[in-house]
Amino acid sequence: MFDIIAPLFLEIHKTTGLNFVTFYDPYEYGRFISGAGKSLQLMLYTLCLSLIIGVLGAQAQTSKSKMLRGGVEIYVQAFRNTPVMIQLLFFYFAIGGIGPVIDAGGYYEPLIPAFGWAVIAIGLFGGAYNVEIFRSGIEAVPASTTQAAKSLGMNKWQVFSRITLPLAFRVSFPSLGTNLISLAKTTSFAYVIAVPEVTYMLNQIWADNVNVPEMIFLLFLFYFTVITALSIFLNWLESRITIPGVGK
Amino acid sequence: MNIRSLENKRFVNLACKLSIFTAAIAVGHEAVASSKLDQIQEEGVIRVGVLDDFKPFSFRDTSGNMQGISVELAKDVANTLGVEFEPVVVTSANRMQFLDQGRIDLIIAGMSDRPERREKVGIIEPSYGASGPTLMAKEGVIETWEDISGKPVCGKQGAFYNSLIEREFGTTVVAFTGNAEAKAALRAGRCIAWLYDDAGIINTLVSEDWQGYEMPVDPKYVNPWAMAVLKDELESSYGTLVTGLAYRWHASGKIQELAKEWDLQATSWIDQMHDKMKQDTSYLEY
Repeated sequence: MFDIIAPLFLEIHKTTGLNFVTFYDPYEYGRFISGAGKSLQLMLYTLCLSLIIGVLGAQAQTSKSKMLRGGVEIYVQAFRNTPVMIQLLFFYFAIGGIGPVIDAGGYYEPLIPAFGWAVIAIGLFGGAYNVEIFRSGIEAVPASTTQAAKSLGMNKWQVFSRITLPLAFRVSFPSLGTNLISLAKTTSFAYVIAVPEVTYMLNQIWADNVNVPEMIFLLFLFYFTVITALSIFLNWLESRITIPGVGK
Repeated sequence: MNIRSLENKRFVNLACKLSIFTAAIAVGHEAVASSKLDQIQEEGVIRVGVLDDFKPFSFRDTSGNMQGISVELAKDVANTLGVEFEPVVVTSANRMQFLDQGRIDLIIAGMSDRPERREKVGIIEPSYGASGPTLMAKEGVIETWEDISGKPVCGKQGAFYNSLIEREFGTTVVAFTGNAEAKAALRAGRCIAWLYDDAGIINTLVSEDWQGYEMPVDPKYVNPWAMAVLKDELESSYGTLVTGLAYRWHASGKIQELAKEWDLQATSWIDQMHDKMKQDTSYLEY
């Protein structure tokens, strides 16, 4: 792949001065690809984590235990009322500093690396919004439906997993999709704790090669392409899961 | 009057207005195209891009004003031009862009003289300072540069030497947005050493917080820093004036004095430059 496009971009650089060094220099190409891969991994893990937290948190909000309800409320408020960059720095430096470490000869390999903290911080951030999104979906499920299910002898967990959640998911899908897209873009903040994702990598590349406009354009193009693909996937998913009469 | 002649009148009318307008622009442009030196003196202020928190070159005093060696040099440029000095805080990521955009007239921001940068901005020779990247680590952990192979070092995002060190020693530079974060990561033990300019490291080691840390190896790639103006201005009256000041600062010993005044530790390059630039005037004694 690289061998095919390298001569083209070298030619572009020579004739127009536009320096897309990531496509004609093998070292910079390697850095860009590794950064892009890391970004995609980060997006996948944070999206999944935030979904799991959203579902569990929404369920916890309906629980009888006051402590559990209060705990979720505190969590949602804490993560919605602070900026995500601050959360990243807090987790990596404040909490990460007191976590367990492994002696690696001259330095200490932390048990949770920067990538891990990024997944945790951004996942929790997205999860807080997802809890509220799922809650609005759950509340949209008619009480008569859940009562009918209970009267048929289903226990609380069966009602939740077989009746409430499928309906709530379809009702809240548009808001959920919007939040997931927003979360995918938020992963670019991970550069502040030196996660080698695409923003971090291109930052170093443009510092070395002084081609800021071209690399920023590439960064923009990367996010635009990935987020558009995610958006198309979510639209397809929405069309596949619609049940006539629900949410429309 | 028929439609045709009305249209013709309107056309001639428009053509006249357009040509007067264009002529006015051309004349106006002629009148406005003055030299950068004139522009700065007309405005009465020179904007100089300096780094923040870069002891002892440019850092803030207790009331928030910029002070330091770079600031003194910038003030000297302003005084020579007879204008006010306005410091503009820049970072290594945006200093050249600010110059391009006209937000600053001059860069005095610890910018290493590199070939890629010479293509983009007008580098003033002679340089006003120099440094090289080296390591700061806990005492006894590092003896030679090779000790960092395969281990992570903390650094600052955007430093030109990050990739060079990574490739030469097979290390990973874990780069943060600022030095404070990089040093915090070093203290938390997330890396074996902090990779930064010797000037910055010496400055850090002076403080009590970093007792038990050392600078065990010599700097690699000692690289002079340069002031910069727009590339087009390098040969103009403005660029020539700044060049002359840069020479004079070395020849007269002004930079040596400033180094002493602001307690700069690494001065061997400055002393060498003074010896090189100072004219041997022993012939005046014949």
